[in-house]
Amino acid sequence: MSKLKSIEELQKIRQAAKDNLDLRSTAESEDRIIIRVGMATCGIASGARTTMNAIVDELREQNITNVSVTQTGCMGYCAEEPLVEVVFKDKPSVIYGHVDAQRGREIVNEHIKNGRLLQNAIITKSFEKID
Amino acid sequence: MNNYRMHLLVCGGTGCTSSDSLKLVDELKESIEKHGISNEVEVVITGCFGFCEKGPILKVYPDDVFYVTVKPEDAEEIVEEHVIKGRQVERLLYVEPNLKVKLEGQKDLPFYKKQIRIALRNCGFINPEDINECLAADGYQALAKCLCEMSKEEVIETVIKSGLRGRGGGGFPTGLKWKYTSNNASDVKYIICNADEGDPGAFMDRSILEGDPHSVLEAMAIAGYAIGAEHGYIYIRAEYPLAIHRLEIAITQARELGLLGIDILGTGFNFDVELRYGAGAFVCGEETALIHSIEGARGEPSTKPPFPAQCGVWDKPTCVNNVETLANIPPIFLRGADWFRTIGTEKSPGTKVFALAGKVNNVGLVEVPMGTTLREVIYDIGGGIKNNKEFKAVQTGGPSGGCITKENLDIPIDYESLNSIGSMMGSGGMIVMDEDNCMVNIAKYYLEFTKEESCGKCTPCRVGNKRLLEILDKITQGNGTEQDLADLVELGEIIKDTSLCGLGQTAPNPVLSTLHYFYDEYLAHVREKKCPAAVCESLLSYIILPEKCVGCTACAKVCPVPCILGEVKKTHVIDQSKCIKCGACYNTCKFSAIAKR
Amino acid sequence: MAMVNLTINNQKVSVEEGRTILDAANKLKIKIPTLCHLDLENIKFVNQSASCRVCVVEVEGRRNLAPSCSTPVSEGMVVTTNSIRCIKARRTMVELLLSNHPKDCLICQKSLDCELQALAAELNIREIKFDGERARHEIDISSQSIVRNMDKCILCRRCETMCNEVQTVHVLSPVNRGFDTFIAPSLNLPMNESTCTFCGQCVAVCPTAALTEVNNISKVWDALNDKTKYVVVQTAPAVRAALGEEFGAEPGTSVTGKMVAGLRKLGFDNVFDTDFAADLTIMEEATEFIHRLQHGGKLPILTSCCPGWVKFFEHQFSDMLDIPSTSKSPHEMFGVIAKTYYANKIGIDPQDMYVVSVMPCLAKKYEAARPELAHDDMQDVDTVITTRELAKMLKEANIDLMSLEDEDFDNPLGESTGASVIFGTTGGVIEAALRTAYEWLTEETLEKVEFHELRGFDGIKEAVIKINDLDVKIAVAHGLGNARRLLEQIRDGKATYHAIEIMACPGGCIGGGGQPYHHGNMAYLQKRMECIYKEDEGKTIRKSHENPYIIKLYEEFLGEPYGEKAHKLLHTHYVKRVKM
Repeated sequence: MSKLKSIEELQKIRQAAKDNLDLRSTAESEDRIIIRVGMATCGIASGARTTMNAIVDELREQNITNVSVTQTGCMGYCAEEPLVEVVFKDKPSVIYGHVDAQRGREIVNEHIKNGRLLQNAIITKSFEKID
Repeated sequence: MNNYRMHLLVCGGTGCTSSDSLKLVDELKESIEKHGISNEVEVVITGCFGFCEKGPILKVYPDDVFYVTVKPEDAEEIVEEHVIKGRQVERLLYVEPNLKVKLEGQKDLPFYKKQIRIALRNCGFINPEDINECLAADGYQALAKCLCEMSKEEVIETVIKSGLRGRGGGGFPTGLKWKYTSNNASDVKYIICNADEGDPGAFMDRSILEGDPHSVLEAMAIAGYAIGAEHGYIYIRAEYPLAIHRLEIAITQARELGLLGIDILGTGFNFDVELRYGAGAFVCGEETALIHSIEGARGEPSTKPPFPAQCGVWDKPTCVNNVETLANIPPIFLRGADWFRTIGTEKSPGTKVFALAGKVNNVGLVEVPMGTTLREVIYDIGGGIKNNKEFKAVQTGGPSGGCITKENLDIPIDYESLNSIGSMMGSGGMIVMDEDNCMVNIAKYYLEFTKEESCGKCTPCRVGNKRLLEILDKITQGNGTEQDLADLVELGEIIKDTSLCGLGQTAPNPVLSTLHYFYDEYLAHVREKKCPAAVCESLLSYIILPEKCVGCTACAKVCPVPCILGEVKKTHVIDQSKCIKCGACYNTCKFSAIAKR
Repeated sequence: MAMVNLTINNQKVSVEEGRTILDAANKLKIKIPTLCHLDLENIKFVNQSASCRVCVVEVEGRRNLAPSCSTPVSEGMVVTTNSIRCIKARRTMVELLLSNHPKDCLICQKSLDCELQALAAELNIREIKFDGERARHEIDISSQSIVRNMDKCILCRRCETMCNEVQTVHVLSPVNRGFDTFIAPSLNLPMNESTCTFCGQCVAVCPTAALTEVNNISKVWDALNDKTKYVVVQTAPAVRAALGEEFGAEPGTSVTGKMVAGLRKLGFDNVFDTDFAADLTIMEEATEFIHRLQHGGKLPILTSCCPGWVKFFEHQFSDMLDIPSTSKSPHEMFGVIAKTYYANKIGIDPQDMYVVSVMPCLAKKYEAARPELAHDDMQDVDTVITTRELAKMLKEANIDLMSLEDEDFDNPLGESTGASVIFGTTGGVIEAALRTAYEWLTEETLEKVEFHELRGFDGIKEAVIKINDLDVKIAVAHGLGNARRLLEQIRDGKATYHAIEIMACPGGCIGGGGQPYHHGNMAYLQKRMECIYKEDEGKTIRKSHENPYIIKLYEEFLGEPYGEKAHKLLHTHYVKRVKM
């Protein structure tokens, strides 16, 4: 590491470091969006891990920091795996089916970034949870 | 660069590491490696979360799930279930004892609800061994702001305006201390960070140094800039190896980035920090004793004036601030003195960290706004008294403080209010006592500590405290008289009035405050020769409760004298004339049939 | 200097800024009792540990009591010294000290000389309210000079100030903490294994009997009562200037003749004078100096009469052991001459001769036992007692010193010059040496024998004396701290001198560790110094080489100064010792 010789250099290195820590700040943020990837045996078997990594990567690429990507267990709709649920605060959640890496990136770019749903991939806009 | 989707934060504070948190880290890493997801999930060792009662703590980001009492053998399950399958490990969630519900998020926990974490802001949030995490959490931004945008006078003015007061005990306004040191002209000046945390039970300074060492380094540099010092010492007790280790790493990393050293951020300001180790003498928390110790002399105080601000280490103007005080400095500059004043009370702005200990459910480190009541700290944050016993007193200010009773639980905590009820803020030790604590014994315990820690320089502290202790000892042995109680007060007041330093001036406080609030308990010791809390061995007897005794003979078998008489399946009796009060029967009885009276 | 106005007990006073409340009270003649406080004015050291807390006073607006000895005055300060709060606190401090102190005052070495005892009497302490356990320590009797009885220590820290700050010997410091604190050499070593120089300045300032001299009185009584022994006594120059104080005489009263009379009454077979041997020392040292000067020897030459100083440089400057003069100290020269020349002259077996030295010094006790200061299996000097011990012996023998008629010393070892008398004060040895060296080198008579620039209490004094074409550079240091500074300058090549006199004790021998206690009143030293110089002025012969008995000694016995026989008997060597 070389010595920082100005406040600008400090800000640069801080910005770079911030990306990593955003993952933690997100947990507390008010406009937090959650993307849940179904990661039970069925999900993983149909490529959910690749999907999730693509989503995380795309979020980073697009510099989107208020999204937590988490995983969840079997959503019970195994035929449509990999399943991805997008939850905006105070809005009904949206579930997409057959989300491969490509579709994962689309979700980030369209749904998260521009607020446009990927209509053809939606399974349901909302389902009741009993827990 | 790895594109982590998940961070597992494991507490690496001294408390959690001693309950195997580092082994947990290894197990987690191994398991993650085994499952081939080490490019997705990062395990981060952080500083203390404060919730030490339930350590080791593991926090999962971004899910914001807070696991407690995690053992190394839980690692595999956490990785398989939570990390891979996204299912929370329910059994490791915190169960709120009153509501009996499991809580997943840190902010949901009542322990954290009333806290505002300024000094502890980064503890349990960043990896203290990685300066990048510190920088990402706005580390050194305040220093940059001071150096690039503010004059020395403005820096001092900001601290004065914030109303920040010394968190080490005295509560002296930090900004004024800086101003006085700044006003004393000298080519060489020093800033000292007092990390000689000595109150039994207090560990906030250690936790800050372990969890966020850069905040202290940054604040020292700011103070150095303000008072005109290029050199800082951190006087830290050698018993804090982890804090020392993390400080060493932090200093090295800060030097590598040029945040310490020559020409910081190209501003022409030079500042560096050196560690000095203390041997853990309590008296070295006193600033003149600390300075003598840094100079290599015997750690004992000298008369003030001259104050360190005039004539400190190596006879140069020196500003001594404690760790927690310094940790408050960067946020004051980033968010403004006005923001700081919105927290806490008029005379004592900001927060105070307390080390909550004793007979309380949630033992740990809590940071609350000044003005929070003791009741809130003990009952809301601390979860109330253990085993549903009755609250008796709380000792604040450690061995220099006093006991506070039920009547004063609703007093808002700040420097003045604690002093007014015969205690003090001190460094923030808070020990909760219940009905099972004997107050004479508590006073004796603290006095034993100060007697041992007296440097031996001045007569009242060296001999006077020894004599006080001898009187207390006599009382707990059952040989006390009412005259002894009067003598305790007389001698105690004179010791306070004549001692050279803060140690002696406050040493009689636990005795005087317990005498004041629990005089009846003292009287019981001297008049009836009874210890109402059944603690003082010489004054209690062990008796067998006939209604509970089943005649199992277990007690008689362990009695070493032997003095327990009775036939099988019949009620036993202790021959008091022979009993040596060893307590073996009490510990053996499975039917709670033996009582201390 | 700015003046500060304050009020003490309703009396107004103004004192210089930086002075203490105690100073201001003294100015008003308001007495505040003190114990640990010790102001060594003329050597500019103050023991300001403020540890005893006896001098506490009330200061308006201050929460607790203030130690008057170390609290600086401030403008408008209002002080009360005699409120019940102060008196009670003060009494309690003394009671607490007494509670941890053996109460064997009747048979204590320091009885009636003890500041704690005096203070207890002054404060009218008749009971000890808060009594309890006493700390117990082993008494250190390991050395020949100093007894360390920590049971009697009140931790005033005066000894520490003397040992560390004034003398820079760094032997005595506190060990342990709290109630278990006591003063000891580092690692709690016995005194004889430490780097202690036995200068005895710690003893000189100790308020109690925690540090006292090794008492040799009974040895002297035994010798005097041993029919087979021929007991001769010698008295050092500084003794006569202070002994009278023990008998109520004003400080600075010379009691030479009465002392001689008293010693005869005690039963000594001969009463001789160390001053005679001081003249002899000048013969040897001046010759050695001239020899080094003329033969390119090592310079500067350092005087070697002070045994505390000798041990100091053996520990601290063992790389410079070749610069001190090899001359033995005067009382050692006396011992050897008494047991050779004089024993032969009066026809007794030297083995039957017993030499007692009366010295102002504790290090002399240690010096007398140094193995190399012996010949024919006999120590040159058998026993050393101090001025204080002599006073005790005289009192034991019911001799009222001040009522005695003056008597003269015996001859031949009792005759002395003015040059030898001034050995007793700082600057005196070098002045005496100059009186002789000047005349020897110039072969002219020195008319003005007094070298005023070498006199007084300045820590380091310097002078340049023109002898023939040479500017002889002289330095004088008293107090080992000053000696250290001077020696370090020489070692670092920052200063060059031809000759240096060093005395371990502040003021020289008049302030020795064996002198009557000055109890911090430094005017005593001033008076003793004046007494010494007056004694010199009163002498008809004021140059050592003119002492007729010295001339005779060389003619009859020694031959040449610095010659072979003189070398064998009157010179010594030094030992490299650990520095620690």
